[in-house]
Amino acid sequence: MSYWEILSYAAWIISAMLLLWILVDAFSVSRQFDESLLMSSREGADELMAELEREEGQS
Amino acid sequence: MSQEASSQSQRISMLKVLNPFHIWALGVGIVLVGEFMGWNFSVAKGGAYGALIACWVIGLLYSCVAMIDSEVTSTVAAAGGQYTQAKHIIGPLMAFNVGLYLVMAYTMLEAADALIVGDLMAAVASATGYPDLSPQPFVVLTISFLAWLNYRGVFMTLTLNFVITLFAFLAILALFIGADPLNPGHILKHSDLLTELPYGWIGVVAALQFGMWYYLGIEGTCQAAEEVRSAGRAIPLGTIGGILTLLVAATLTWYISTGLMPWQYLGQATTPLYDAASIIGNPVLQVVLFIGTMFAAIASANGCINDAARAWFSMGRDRYMPTWFGAIHPRYRTPFRSIIFLIPIAVSFAFTGLLDQVITFSILSGLLGYTFMSINMVKFRKMWPLDVIKRGYIHPFHPIPAYTLLGLCSLVYFATFLGYGASLLSIMAFYIVASVWFVKRRYQFVKRGDQFTMPWPRPKGY
Repeated sequence: MSYWEILSYAAWIISAMLLLWILVDAFSVSRQFDESLLMSSREGADELMAELEREEGQS
Repeated sequence: MSQEASSQSQRISMLKVLNPFHIWALGVGIVLVGEFMGWNFSVAKGGAYGALIACWVIGLLYSCVAMIDSEVTSTVAAAGGQYTQAKHIIGPLMAFNVGLYLVMAYTMLEAADALIVGDLMAAVASATGYPDLSPQPFVVLTISFLAWLNYRGVFMTLTLNFVITLFAFLAILALFIGADPLNPGHILKHSDLLTELPYGWIGVVAALQFGMWYYLGIEGTCQAAEEVRSAGRAIPLGTIGGILTLLVAATLTWYISTGLMPWQYLGQATTPLYDAASIIGNPVLQVVLFIGTMFAAIASANGCINDAARAWFSMGRDRYMPTWFGAIHPRYRTPFRSIIFLIPIAVSFAFTGLLDQVITFSILSGLLGYTFMSINMVKFRKMWPLDVIKRGYIHPFHPIPAYTLLGLCSLVYFATFLGYGASLLSIMAFYIVASVWFVKRRYQFVKRGDQFTMPWPRPKGY
């Protein structure tokens, strides 16, 4: 078996392990945490918006 | 399950950990591979001078994109970038289409980048006496490793992008220095190699489509808006710094390549910068350029995974797509389900092996997005004038950049129609069908009030 064939098999194996790790983790997170928490993010507004709100509050 | 009870009142969001260098790395990282390969097809259409005109005309188009994006994103600081901007400024149907353009453009570009990595590995194997190496395991490894990295967190993902993108940019600078530019005629033979326009001005117009390769993807900086420490500062700095870097890199790339290779060869070369290093004959430069090409492709795929996942996530969060995709990982704070969902799609595109078609679809999706930006910018300034909402950055000369962008996009549509008319029409048909599906079937699930979250005053005229 040549060096390149070994490298090809290694690439398949590492890919499979990485994808498996991702899937296992995603599955365990979905079981461990409530869906409402996982989907609780709201569209971000940075400090500019906060500043605007403060200004509006003062006026 | 103990965490469930406490989670009811909690909220999670993406981490605000990025700085302007990460934004630069995201934008330039996606694009720089176009300097290492692809831009040179413009030489085949318009000759060397035609490619230079395309480089600068399209550079102007993307400078307008960078300016507009910097202003709007520093104000609409949310993941989804142009999708979110369209939602707030124009309306749901435009937002759906722009979101789809973004996901398709980035996923297809990611597939093309992974294909390039696979092909480079196969080329190395062939050069070392093993001509039958299949690129597929390396394509899958590239996508799965980068997806894993993206899954684990944005900070490490874009820090890696910064390192490898900087290396790739420095490789172009090293090649320029290695070409001895201070002694014209010694290595660089512009006086012998530069010719008249081989196909006249129509060739120059046709070259515009491939001029997009120099810059396609710089608008991707907007997708990180929800994860930067200060959107008002980081997005404009990273984006404008990015387009300036690309203008320099594109001009140097053209200058080196056209001084070393006749336009007939350059126009069909696969890796023109690596070929340039080979012609100079410096083995160190050859190795640096090979690694630079590989790094540029990896950085591009990495940035594309980041951006496609955020666009898809944002559409899920707003119920434009199933809400399941709108989830954030509680530990890594990444849109993990969107990242996972797009992996098999990218691999499928890559396994078709149709690099040309995949890239053409990506370019056209990007172009549709730029067309929207010009309309978006004009509406944004009309609905919320400068004194009404505070912006992190205000771009100069409005509305000239918006109208310039619209005019240049029209010119590139014409150029694309000349070479890829059937692709252009089929892509338009795809988006029209998708729009009909959205209006008839999907929009009923959207909670209309929930999607508008910016604390802005009522727009002028409403």
